[in-house]
Amino acid sequence: MKQGGQIITVTDLVKKFGQFTANDKLNFSVKKGEIFGFLGANGAGKTTAIKILSGLSKPSSGTAIVAGFDVKKYPDKVKKNIGYMSQRFSLYDDMTVKENFRFYGGIYGMKRKEIKEKTALFLKKLDMEDYRNMLLKKIPLGWKQKLAFSVAILHNPKIVFLDEPTGGVDPITRRQFWELIYESASGGTTVFVTTHYMDEAEYCERVSIMSEGRIEAIGTPAQLKEKYQVKTMDEVFIKIAR
Amino acid sequence: MRTILYILQKEFIQIFRDKAILPIIFVMPVFQLLILSYAATFEIKNTRFITLDHDNSVQSKKLIAKFRGSSFFSFSGQAVNYAEAEQALKNNLTDQVLIIEPDFEKKLKLEKTASVQLITNAINGSAASLMNAYATSIVTDFNKEIIVEQMPQKFLGMPIQVKPVYWYNPELDYITFMVPGILVLLVTIIAMFLSGMNLVKEKEVGTIEQINVTPIKKYQFIAGKLIPFWVIANIDLGIGLLVARFVFQIPVEGNIFLLFSVASVYLVVVLSFGLFISTLTNTMQQSMFISWFFLVIFILMSGLFTPIESMPDWAQFLVKFNPVAYFIKINRMIMLKGSGFFDFQKEFWLLVLYAIAMFSFSTFRYRKTA
Repeated sequence: MKQGGQIITVTDLVKKFGQFTANDKLNFSVKKGEIFGFLGANGAGKTTAIKILSGLSKPSSGTAIVAGFDVKKYPDKVKKNIGYMSQRFSLYDDMTVKENFRFYGGIYGMKRKEIKEKTALFLKKLDMEDYRNMLLKKIPLGWKQKLAFSVAILHNPKIVFLDEPTGGVDPITRRQFWELIYESASGGTTVFVTTHYMDEAEYCERVSIMSEGRIEAIGTPAQLKEKYQVKTMDEVFIKIAR
Repeated sequence: MRTILYILQKEFIQIFRDKAILPIIFVMPVFQLLILSYAATFEIKNTRFITLDHDNSVQSKKLIAKFRGSSFFSFSGQAVNYAEAEQALKNNLTDQVLIIEPDFEKKLKLEKTASVQLITNAINGSAASLMNAYATSIVTDFNKEIIVEQMPQKFLGMPIQVKPVYWYNPELDYITFMVPGILVLLVTIIAMFLSGMNLVKEKEVGTIEQINVTPIKKYQFIAGKLIPFWVIANIDLGIGLLVARFVFQIPVEGNIFLLFSVASVYLVVVLSFGLFISTLTNTMQQSMFISWFFLVIFILMSGLFTPIESMPDWAQFLVKFNPVAYFIKINRMIMLKGSGFFDFQKEFWLLVLYAIAMFSFSTFRYRKTA
């Protein structure tokens, strides 16, 4: 495999919590600009892996190179090049939309002018310009998730990690959310996304499916469906995750 | 540096948007200062006493009148016999019983000596010894009058006379002593709780995860959390000093800039301490209990209520690690004595050391992991 085309390279990654092995020798890579679906049942170890890849947690052994940096040795360099949105909504509820954008932009070292321009751009895209001065707590969940995604890619990261970004969101908003994902992927950002919705898995260019800490299958949705002789990703998932 | 400014901006927005926390920060300390300074006094006033006068003579009534005339005592009745007096003590109707023996006057005249008995409720030992001292001084006074009255030619005055002059607090006003100390407490409590709760709140809500995934430096985050409360606590100190000046008439004798400089160093200690607790805990409840644990120890061993010099050796050793004790001492020195930097430089440098240590601890302990 060519190193140049890969933005995430994971080799023999192991994460143990005491006796429990959450990630058992993961090996996979993600190509630049790809939408990579990271699937698995609850407790399969997806969040653990995503936390390691984003520098929030250290692997017990093995290596993970993200955006050219070893997550174990240079977590802050990794963090500078990634965006992250967790399943737990984590913008500030007691600040306005604009203030949240400004704060995160500022932390990533963006210029004041750049923050302003990008905020305006994103809000226009989301059709939320009228809400710029509204406190986050007054905004419905689906919209908040779209805002959180925008904040995660505000600083133009090379990769954005999305950990169940559409949990609890209605189908229309989910559809809009995926439009946002496609748009940022077409801009060159690699998208690494976990989800429970198998229709969303179909949207991914490649997916991996985890079960009990191991990656059981990896490939394009079409490849996987062919391999397991089924018609939908749903069936693939059930065959593997069971 | 720019990163820190963005954090400051965010923190101030959040503080001033929280309508519940503002009065806590700015109004509560004033009330506490007003209430505590008047209430927390060790002066003994209005000691209740009853008399058991077996003599009922002119002299015995004169002695009792002297007690009644003193502002330290308040007369709360006469007992007719010993049992009644004892019952009054038991039922907490009186603090002291003054018993005058029969033939008190006669003995004074003929034998030149007579005795009175003083029974004091000594559950609170230090209060009891104070009451006793007041009572004894009244009896001594009475003694002198008798000598002058009966043998004026013999009374030449006391051979040695003590004329006390009280410096720094000439009227021995307890409030003057307490206000600088209480001021330190209020600032300490505000600082410790605000910083102790703030970081852990982000953990509880979950916003810390988003912070931890940014390239922010640990010291930037801790400093960004510390500085807003540092400003607020200094403002609180300023308000407290104004209350001290205009309500209690206690001006700052020393240099006010010196006072704020020391306070600034001290606040870094307390705020870092709070943040350190915040990094160790996962919920606001845990953080609050641990903060309280330390605050109670710091406050009770600060020399505010009980002099450090009279603590046992091991306790005096522990006080060396109590930042509150240092600042109360320095604050009293600057406010009441007008002390200059060189009078407390040892304590000051210890505070500086403490501040550096605590800030490093909390920065080190803060984990950018989830």
